[in-house]
Amino acid sequence: MASEPLLSLESVSQVFTSRRGEIPAVRDVSLDLAAGTVLCLVGESGSGKTTTARIAAGLNRPTGGTVRFAGRDVWGGDRTAFREFRRSVQYVHQDPYASLNPIRTVFATLAGPMRRHRLVANRDEAWQKASELLERVDLTPPENFLTKYPHQLSGGQRQRVAVARALTLGPKLIIADESTSMLDVSIRISLLAMLSRLSTDLGVAFLFITHDLALAKYFGRDGDIAVMYLGRVVEYGPTREVIGTPRHPYTRALLAAIPEPDPELNARKRSAGSLLRSMDTPSLLRLPTGCTFHPRCPSWVEGECDVSVPRLEALDADARHEVACPPVLRQEADAAVPALSEQDGTG
Amino acid sequence: MTDEPVLAVRDLVVEYRTPAGPVRAVRGASFDLYEGESLALVGESGCGKTTLGLALLRLLPRLGSTPHGEVRYRRADGSTVDLLTMRKEQLRRFRWHEAAMVFQGAMNALNPVLRVQDQMYDTIRAHRSMSASAARKRCHEVLDMVRLEPRRVMPSYPHELSGGMRQRVLIAMALLLSPRVLVLDEPTTALDILTQRSIVDVLQELRRELGFAMVFVTHDLALAAELADRVATMYAGRIVELGDSRDVFAAPRHPYTAGLIRAVPPAVGEATEISSIPGGPPSLAALPPGCPFSVRCGLSAEVGDGDGPAGVCVQADPELTRTGERHEVACHYSDRVEFTREVVVDGV
Ligand SMILES: Nc1ncnc2c1ncn2[C@@H]1O[C@H](COP(=O)(O)OP(=O)(O)OP(=O)(O)O)[C@@H](O)[C@H]1O
Ligand SMILES: Nc1ncnc2c1ncn2[C@@H]1O[C@H](COP(=O)(O)OP(=O)(O)OP(=O)(O)O)[C@@H](O)[C@H]1O
Ligand code: SF4
Ligand SMILES: [Mg+2]
Ligand SMILES: [Mg+2]
Repeated sequence: MASEPLLSLESVSQVFTSRRGEIPAVRDVSLDLAAGTVLCLVGESGSGKTTTARIAAGLNRPTGGTVRFAGRDVWGGDRTAFREFRRSVQYVHQDPYASLNPIRTVFATLAGPMRRHRLVANRDEAWQKASELLERVDLTPPENFLTKYPHQLSGGQRQRVAVARALTLGPKLIIADESTSMLDVSIRISLLAMLSRLSTDLGVAFLFITHDLALAKYFGRDGDIAVMYLGRVVEYGPTREVIGTPRHPYTRALLAAIPEPDPELNARKRSAGSLLRSMDTPSLLRLPTGCTFHPRCPSWVEGECDVSVPRLEALDADARHEVACPPVLRQEADAAVPALSEQDGTG
Repeated sequence: MTDEPVLAVRDLVVEYRTPAGPVRAVRGASFDLYEGESLALVGESGCGKTTLGLALLRLLPRLGSTPHGEVRYRRADGSTVDLLTMRKEQLRRFRWHEAAMVFQGAMNALNPVLRVQDQMYDTIRAHRSMSASAARKRCHEVLDMVRLEPRRVMPSYPHELSGGMRQRVLIAMALLLSPRVLVLDEPTTALDILTQRSIVDVLQELRRELGFAMVFVTHDLALAAELADRVATMYAGRIVELGDSRDVFAAPRHPYTAGLIRAVPPAVGEATEISSIPGGPPSLAALPPGCPFSVRCGLSAEVGDGDGPAGVCVQADPELTRTGERHEVACHYSDRVEFTREVVVDGV
């Protein structure tokens, strides 16, 4: 990516303090997101996706590292720059049922931010603008929705209203946090199609958070993906490559766990056996030594994986696909060498 | 295994009383469940899956009633009984012993102020006289079955457990009195993929070991493909397709089932066509005439040649009709449903 990223997280960490001790929810995470592109964040519950997203949205100040928006350090003390950043990044909450105020109509929900930021002069203008936003998210005709309360809408419609609200201030980046997980497949897919269109039409970038790799692959196929485990990124790169040829044992396990709508294929997948040694996720309060995945990893190497903390490294010099797993990286390197010497032999 | 179903549902109707009058949430459902079999009820939100599941154990909320139909159980000794006409006392014995329910939303189904062990003991005591040590032993057994550590889990409060652990506690509780039928409502919804996987594995293993039959409700088609021997698709309170999972997923005969399957993005390979079904389910209080799916049905529009749905589709609500040996469909044009779900896997 040649152009300057819209948003970059540089080695950000977030440690929460609780009565039971320090919780390292996010550690040393570096991510780049270019304007108009999609970055997916996947990982199981508690892996730090929401915490990372909140850092990206400026809702949490990281305890370590730097957040840059359009090149500027957002916590650097420039208040105007910070306000501009907060306005440009909108967060759409995980739960479509909790995210809207139940006593406000759709119109009031959309008009609120427009008025606060003086984007509209009067009610008529707000009504006009709110109608346009509803059309953007396919809630048509808008007059049927503007006077409704959240409880009068279906889950999918509420989610669209939440997206419309996120659009009120003309954001450059929308963070969608598992915004589709509670909904029916068909509604999910039409929502994602709508978001894709917004991305193309308005040039909005997306940080899309889910635990479903199949969904990430569908929505983010032209973008990047970062796989998180216990607060760290363990695999990072172009979505097509990461999901097409997953390298980290954790990414592989995640992919293998997904059921397909095809009983025959599922039976074949299952006969391959489980790709995890244990189903239990360790507590952040008592993290395993070395690679935190080693107690569950099917390909761990004793004396190595339980000792040294792996760093994200590119598969080869000119690849953007990175993996934090020394045994896998070694395997890749070994696999590359014989291929070369073979060529030498024939030439 | 015998040829008699353990559970036979016939023309079951469920109504809810609402201020605007009664609403039919289940409009005449019929199916059989055989011993050891697993049946999935699938469909979009609001189609009546939970309602049907609850009615199977007569667990409907107070405003719900079953004005019509039969839910016939066959006991281990071969005698049968219609649950809907059973007396209160009989019913109380029946639940947990013969059939048990795992409710939707593991969060809310457990009492937040009681330790897991107290909730388990309460369940046992309410249904069977058992010594304290025997009860304790039984709790350990069922927790082991769902791969939880009894010593760790029993003294915990629900909020101290992860979502996946809570769901497993609920399954363990349902197993306490060794029921022959288990009804599970959305057993994996809101859990992450690996936790879902562990629940699925536990259920598969238990079914092999204990041989209970199960009905599970889900809006996740892939879960049904993984866990069900047979699938029933529901639409607007009706079963519109019923068949062996292999048949239904390979060649769905209802346009709605086909649409649902086409909307699932694959994890392996690239699907050539992913599409959503236009529109949403109709309101149960104001169903369209004829087939309730007609307004959203692409096949009917095709047959109707641009003039909206085909005539017969808006005139008559199709009956569930046998189209194959073990396959039933409610669609006037089921023989014209074309389905391919091509997944291109490159490099393999
Ligand atoms: N404000 C907080 N105080 C203390 N701990 C927190 C706080 N916020 C998050 N955590 C902890 O940080 C860890 C990461 O949480 P986070 O919400 O980022 O995970 P997630 O990947 O979004 O999970 P999910 O898929 O369940 O949404 C969890 O262990 C969580 O309990
Ligand atoms: N207590 C109730 N009183 C009135 N109507 C109800 C009640 N419970 C459910 N309904 C209605 O009955 C219909 C079926 O609801 P049900 O909960 O069975 O659907 P479902 O398929 O389980 O949906 P979901 O996937 O959202 O759980 C819905 O239209 C719902 O609004
Ligand atoms: S009966 Fe008609 S409208 Fe209904 S599903 Fe079949 S073709 Fe479509
Ligand atoms: Mg989260
Ligand atoms: Mg339900």
